[in-house]
Amino acid sequence: MMARREANADRAKALLRVEDLTVAFGAGRDRRQVVRGVSFEVAPGECFAIVGESGSGKSVTARTLLGLPGASSHVTATRLELRGKSVLHHRDRDWRRVRGREVGFVLQDALVSLDPLRTVGREIAETLRLHRFGGGARRRERVLELLTAVGVPEPELRSRQLPHELSGGQRQRALIASAIALDPPLVIADEPTTALDVTIQAQILDLLQAMKERGTGLILISHDLAVVSRLADRIAVMRDGRLVEEGAVADVLTQPRDPYTQALLDAVPAAHRKGTRLSNVPPRPVHAGHCSEPPADGIVLQADSLVKRFGGPDGVERAAVEDVSFTIGVGETLGIVGESGSGKTTTARLALALLQPDAGTVRLAGERWSEATEAQRRPRRRRISVVYQDPLGSFDPRWTVRRIVEDALPTDVYPDSAARHRRTRELLADVGLGDEHLGRRPLLLSGGQRQRVAIARALAPEPSLIVCDEPVSALDVTIQAQVLDLLADLQQKLGLSYLFISHDLGVIHHVADRVLVMRDGGVVESGTATEIFETPRDPYTRQLLTSLPAVEPEPALGGQS
Amino acid sequence: MAVNVADAVAMRSGLQIRDAHAFRPTVYVAALFLALVLAWAVVPSAFTSGSPFDTDIEAALRGPSLDHWFGTDASGRDIYTRVVFGARSSLLIGVAATALALLAAIAFGFAAGLGGRICDGAISRFLEVVLALPGLLLALLFIAMFGPGVATEIVAVAIGSAAGYAWMVRGQVIAVKGSDYVSAATALGHEPRRIVAQHVFPNAMRPLVVLATMGVGQSIVWASSLSFLGLGVAPPAPEWGAMLDAGRDFVSTAWWLELFPGLAIIGCTLAVTVLGRYLQQRLEGRLT
Amino acid sequence: MSLLRVLGRVAGVVGVLWGAATLTFIAQQLMPTDPAQTILGGAGAKPSPEQIAAVNAQYGFDRAVLVQYLDYLGGLLRGDLGTSYIRKQPVTDIIGQQIGSTVTLTITALLAAWFIAVAVTLVTAHRNRSVAALGSGLETLLAALPQYWLGIVLLVVFAFHLHVLPVVGDGGFEGLVLPALTLALPLAGFLGQVTRDEFSSAMEQPFAVSARARGMSDFGVRWRHALRHAVLPGLTLSGWALGSLFSTAVIVESVFVRPGLGRVLVDAVASHDMPVVVGVTLLVAAVYVIANLLVRVAFVRADPRLRSA
Repeated sequence: MMARREANADRAKALLRVEDLTVAFGAGRDRRQVVRGVSFEVAPGECFAIVGESGSGKSVTARTLLGLPGASSHVTATRLELRGKSVLHHRDRDWRRVRGREVGFVLQDALVSLDPLRTVGREIAETLRLHRFGGGARRRERVLELLTAVGVPEPELRSRQLPHELSGGQRQRALIASAIALDPPLVIADEPTTALDVTIQAQILDLLQAMKERGTGLILISHDLAVVSRLADRIAVMRDGRLVEEGAVADVLTQPRDPYTQALLDAVPAAHRKGTRLSNVPPRPVHAGHCSEPPADGIVLQADSLVKRFGGPDGVERAAVEDVSFTIGVGETLGIVGESGSGKTTTARLALALLQPDAGTVRLAGERWSEATEAQRRPRRRRISVVYQDPLGSFDPRWTVRRIVEDALPTDVYPDSAARHRRTRELLADVGLGDEHLGRRPLLLSGGQRQRVAIARALAPEPSLIVCDEPVSALDVTIQAQVLDLLADLQQKLGLSYLFISHDLGVIHHVADRVLVMRDGGVVESGTATEIFETPRDPYTRQLLTSLPAVEPEPALGGQS
Repeated sequence: MAVNVADAVAMRSGLQIRDAHAFRPTVYVAALFLALVLAWAVVPSAFTSGSPFDTDIEAALRGPSLDHWFGTDASGRDIYTRVVFGARSSLLIGVAATALALLAAIAFGFAAGLGGRICDGAISRFLEVVLALPGLLLALLFIAMFGPGVATEIVAVAIGSAAGYAWMVRGQVIAVKGSDYVSAATALGHEPRRIVAQHVFPNAMRPLVVLATMGVGQSIVWASSLSFLGLGVAPPAPEWGAMLDAGRDFVSTAWWLELFPGLAIIGCTLAVTVLGRYLQQRLEGRLT
Repeated sequence: MSLLRVLGRVAGVVGVLWGAATLTFIAQQLMPTDPAQTILGGAGAKPSPEQIAAVNAQYGFDRAVLVQYLDYLGGLLRGDLGTSYIRKQPVTDIIGQQIGSTVTLTITALLAAWFIAVAVTLVTAHRNRSVAALGSGLETLLAALPQYWLGIVLLVVFAFHLHVLPVVGDGGFEGLVLPALTLALPLAGFLGQVTRDEFSSAMEQPFAVSARARGMSDFGVRWRHALRHAVLPGLTLSGWALGSLFSTAVIVESVFVRPGLGRVLVDAVASHDMPVVVGVTLLVAAVYVIANLLVRVAFVRADPRLRSA
């Protein structure tokens, strides 16, 4: 009886109740269901998280809860109730009273989620104006209150500025301010921290935590299990439009029932011991090419005291890279980790000799590299190749997969077209792509497939060292796991070295043997991966590590070795 | 996974997937019309039996009839015949002027884009100056210098549009030069000559195809404008703009003098615009 | 925008104008016909060598090229655009007499074009397929119309047949309507396309979703958010639009037998009267670059994208 009374009390308290929500797009034969029979509840002061990869339908679900599912959509549900009142048959006019007042919405990346042509103050005040909150003076006062509450310093100045004049963190706070302007009991946040640096991300999560503690109900949509686990009370995992698992955070993360959830947890690098596999895709056989002679002293790349300065927009020179030195040995992975503006990408370009350093040298396999002329470097460029974050931009838009890979093959080793064709197919097989991809254009491939083509192209010249510039940052977690495993397999079988650049500490910890931590162009700390992550010495490194949302509590370790 | 990746890509970027084989009437009509005009230009005698210079004072200023499909002008000449023969000069000037302008644009644009800071600086400043003068005025300036005539008209119209094209070519070349795939090719150790031939040139030229197509329409309009002002082809040569000029005085009573040549010009312009848009969609890969 | 930046831009404008002046000077030097011949009556006249020498001395054609160039530039700085070969009047006087009419026509046309473009975009952009296609098709059609043809058609319909508006303008407002409309409609077609693309793009952006999520209606988002984005590229094109309108005003004035710079220019071109042609050209160039500069300075705070251009 106690249980029933508690259940009744709970039902009365629920902020949001969703039962069997289905959203479909298109008409007739083209109709596709994007959300299939989703049900859940959210109580005040509770954070309910929906986790899924791209295409899972989580964003559509979030927008449907605001009555904004999108064009040519069909929404059906057995129940859709906000604070006990059904919103299922609301027309837009009715929804307009609900949005902003009963439900607040926070999108990712305030740079595009706030109108870039309107001041921050006007954007926040818009919520107030739409719901007829007081007069002009009262609204201005409220805007300043809100900016202070979300932690934006100098609110009078900031409210008069345009979004691009604020820093990334301040912008996101302002966006949150515009969503909570009328203190709605429910706030939906769709990937609110994805575009932010790790340290800023931690601050925004703290802000959301404070809101939760004040009694706001929170629905958090994310692809990042770690971010979610820090805030959420209950988690639901979404795949292909369905909720495949749901429960309390501790339960879902330690004892997942659905294999997909387990795969998601496995794919998070931070959850693993080093050296274990992240995905359950078995390693493939690799067709070895003609390996070049390893350098006598075992050092593939050596950089000494690199300096690179750029003139800023105001004419003042800034150091993008200041006194950076490192070495990379045969078969070793050096990880460079840092936030945006730390100089890691510039360092990569210096290593590739796509940029000339203002001071310092780079030596490749013991020979002059940065000091040589481009004509001298050209024949030796095959020893070092590169994989970019966005492969699509690094492919000629008109070329097919076959041409992209064949173009990278060394002509002296594979002189005739039959040999080149055969080698191309071998390389594609090594990275897990079949012959059917040969004639395709990269535009029609998925993100993971494109990255595999990029890796095949990087392997084609048979290099000793591959520079990987954020190679998995744009990929879904499960695909990321497969690509990282692939890179690890290739390293083991071919004796490759990697210069691995990332902002993601978890990934770096997993892949790197030694790590450089960069900030504002300089190296703040360097050492083995274990040293950096378990015994960091520099305060910035420590700050990075504490900001890193770990999946807590410790999930079930399901890594395969 | 069963999700069609192409659909997903397009849905996410908000484009509409159009079936490449769908029936698109406007494009077909446009292509057919242009083919007709081209045929008029090449073999006008296949479409009409008379000569554009035959006068017949008796039949002057008659409206459209079975004998004269488009009516007759003040000297009794058959308008239909004159429109058909007029296609040649309009098309000739339009195509030649556009081709000339594009050639100049490619030369200047590539020189500026690939030539280094000094070369780029000099050419950019020069283009900025030329761009400050509206195209039609430049054409008029040229004609003021050298007098009217077909060759002058071609060069004049070309000069009017060349600077705009050159600016676009330069922008494209710079964009391609700075792209990641050119950087990747450099990292592979390819020589600059190979990179320019394989990457820079084809990718920078792609949008020009669209420009050229629509440019022909604009050139035809400009050329006929010049003739309309009396600064182009000398009468009684059949040229659409000149015909419109000649028919001005009688327009209150003989509307057919203005309608048909005008429709010919507008038809060409619309047709090339439709084709240009279609080409643009094709080249940007919006069609699967 | 910092003072240094503004000064830099002004210097750029001066540079472009100087370049335009040099270009026109070179054009005059390259002319195959002899200016003295033109002054003395054109191709038909047969002036004596003494007359030619006298004209050359009077106009300074016998001096070194560099001296003529510097003299020319000096004249421009003083506001002296030379003397017409045919009318024997200072070019500035000729332009001054006719410019008022052309300026009125151009400004009216620009405003009308703006109004039409924005109205069509607001009503038809980013709606269901058929309405959007209708709006887009209308704009394409308008942009493809040759001005003079449109002018004649409008003249026939409204003046000759419907007798609503006068055939030849008497300088009053009624006489302005048709010519302004003739200029405005094709420009509206072009501006409309630019505006519509930007409008649709803006409506798809995340900030539009944020606005809806605050409780704004679809119309509200169009009016308060997307519109501002949509007019920006068109506004930055105003400089170009003015230049383009000026030059097509030439044709339109001819169609409507309206006094203005157009008539002056066409006659000058036909009779090789270079100073007049050059004078009008430089004037239009000046309008274009100054208008561009004003637009840039005014909008650079609003749109950060303009900053780097």
